[in-house]
Amino acid sequence: MGSDNAIEAHDLRRTYKARTGWLKPKRTEVEAVRGVTFTVGRGELFGLLGPNGAGKTTTIKMLNTLLIPTSGTARVCGFDVEKETRDVRRRIGYVFGGDRGLYDRLSALDNLRYFAELYGVAPRDQKRRIAELLELVGLSGREGERVEGYSRGMRQRLHIARGLLHSPDVLFLDEPSIGVDPVAARELRRTVSDLASTGTTVLLTTHYMAEADELCDRIAVIADGQIQALGTPAELRHRADGRRVVEVEAYGVPESAVDALRGLPGVRETAVEARGALQLLTVHSDAHVDVQGDVLRELAGIRLGRVDSREPTLEDAYVAIVSAA
Amino acid sequence: MNVLRLLVVGTLLHIKQISRSPFEIAITLIVPIVQATLAVYLFRAGGEQHRLLEAAVGAGVMGVWSSVLFGSGGAIQGQRWMGTLEMIMLAPRRPVLVILPITIATGLTGIYALLATLVWGRFLYGIRLDFAHPAAFVVASVVCVIALGMFGLLLAATFVLMRNANALANTLEYPVWLVSGMLVPITVLPSWTGPIAAILPTTWGARALREATSGGPVWPSVGICLGISLLCLALGGLALTHVERRARAAATLALA
Repeated sequence: MGSDNAIEAHDLRRTYKARTGWLKPKRTEVEAVRGVTFTVGRGELFGLLGPNGAGKTTTIKMLNTLLIPTSGTARVCGFDVEKETRDVRRRIGYVFGGDRGLYDRLSALDNLRYFAELYGVAPRDQKRRIAELLELVGLSGREGERVEGYSRGMRQRLHIARGLLHSPDVLFLDEPSIGVDPVAARELRRTVSDLASTGTTVLLTTHYMAEADELCDRIAVIADGQIQALGTPAELRHRADGRRVVEVEAYGVPESAVDALRGLPGVRETAVEARGALQLLTVHSDAHVDVQGDVLRELAGIRLGRVDSREPTLEDAYVAIVSAA
Repeated sequence: MNVLRLLVVGTLLHIKQISRSPFEIAITLIVPIVQATLAVYLFRAGGEQHRLLEAAVGAGVMGVWSSVLFGSGGAIQGQRWMGTLEMIMLAPRRPVLVILPITIATGLTGIYALLATLVWGRFLYGIRLDFAHPAAFVVASVVCVIALGMFGLLLAATFVLMRNANALANTLEYPVWLVSGMLVPITVLPSWTGPIAAILPTTWGARALREATSGGPVWPSVGICLGISLLCLALGGLALTHVERRARAAATLALA
């Protein structure tokens, strides 16, 4: 592995052990990450994409020193994540999505002051740095308000400001746009993109395909604790070459009908996504086989909405990769 | 200098965070009244009217201990719930510098319990605040709070490791009240409790305060209390470094 890499992970594994019960303790083991290897170049914006429970957060927590790998090694900025913890921590920022991780009863300014102190920002630089970051994330003028009154988007922006206080070389973003409205998510993507353009290495985990496609130089698709595919968004899109996708909006599709679709000649994968009362059926098939007629025949008697046959997108490639895992 | 600044800023922030919790406010308002009442009626029933101030001081120390115990345990657990435990442990600092401000903050908020118990004792039950050594009482109070903060640090090491830290905190409250002689003299307890009492900083803190209240050699007790608390600081610092690694291996810094 060369020194141009900001992150180097080699055969990382992590097993969680749990014990329940006192009289007859029951021990369970879950292997969350099973041999993950990848590198991220300095200044690169790298995406770790996968469904819930795929091992994205566990991987990111091993790289940012919050978890010790069960086996395997990882280096960030040349420092070992297990043995040179403090050297790694000085050089990284960590931002995660959701409502937690901030002192709610304090103001944004109090939060930033405290973390600036914790992360060793020189006292003479703190005021300027905090003002810069509040400006960057659009919270100037609101910094005196208690965080408990902030919207989720504002909290997320405060998270980012906090993660950048000590100007880290590497920024870990763990599902930063989760639960954020579309406008705030777009702002967030712009901020992340600006950071990467100024030389900060960014490792982003997400399960939003559009986010990864728009932002990332390279993407690793992770499922079942292993990397299933790695490449640029364009390279990954080729994974769906030779396929065609039929999308059907339907209401009340029984499981037996979905099973029947899976058995149709030329069909590779099917997926059902519930959207309120509506179900969106996605059927991947070989490109040279027109399955639309067969699909509609199988769904006869079921109330249908829009029916569409189209070329595969990056999202379809992702579905194909994850389904094959 | 930087370390001192971090400790001061951290302590102030945590005091601010604790003092804005409606639950904490309710507890700190009600508990001192209950404890002052308990102390007064216990001592009156025992026919020891002349020792009411001593009783009120003892009850106040009980309040400081509860604040430190639940503060240290509760604060660590609270930070875990808020998702801030991972964020503060991720700082490139020694774990002791991250956790110590939390436990000192709980000790300082606990001193309110001591003062409030005395004030309620004065207003509700007419206890005269005639201290034998008023200056020594102030010093002993400060040392007591520092000592309990350091003891809290040692406890916090366990709390960082345990996901259900509250369970441990609950079981430690009453035994330490009793064994340290905060309310009942140690001499009436079984002899096997003696060695336990001797190593607890709470015992010496409570004793120093009692001696400052009713007369006696305050300074030896203050010295021993301070000595034990420094030992707690050293042990707590070492334990936290070890525990932080264990917590990273066992994945207990976060809730899930």
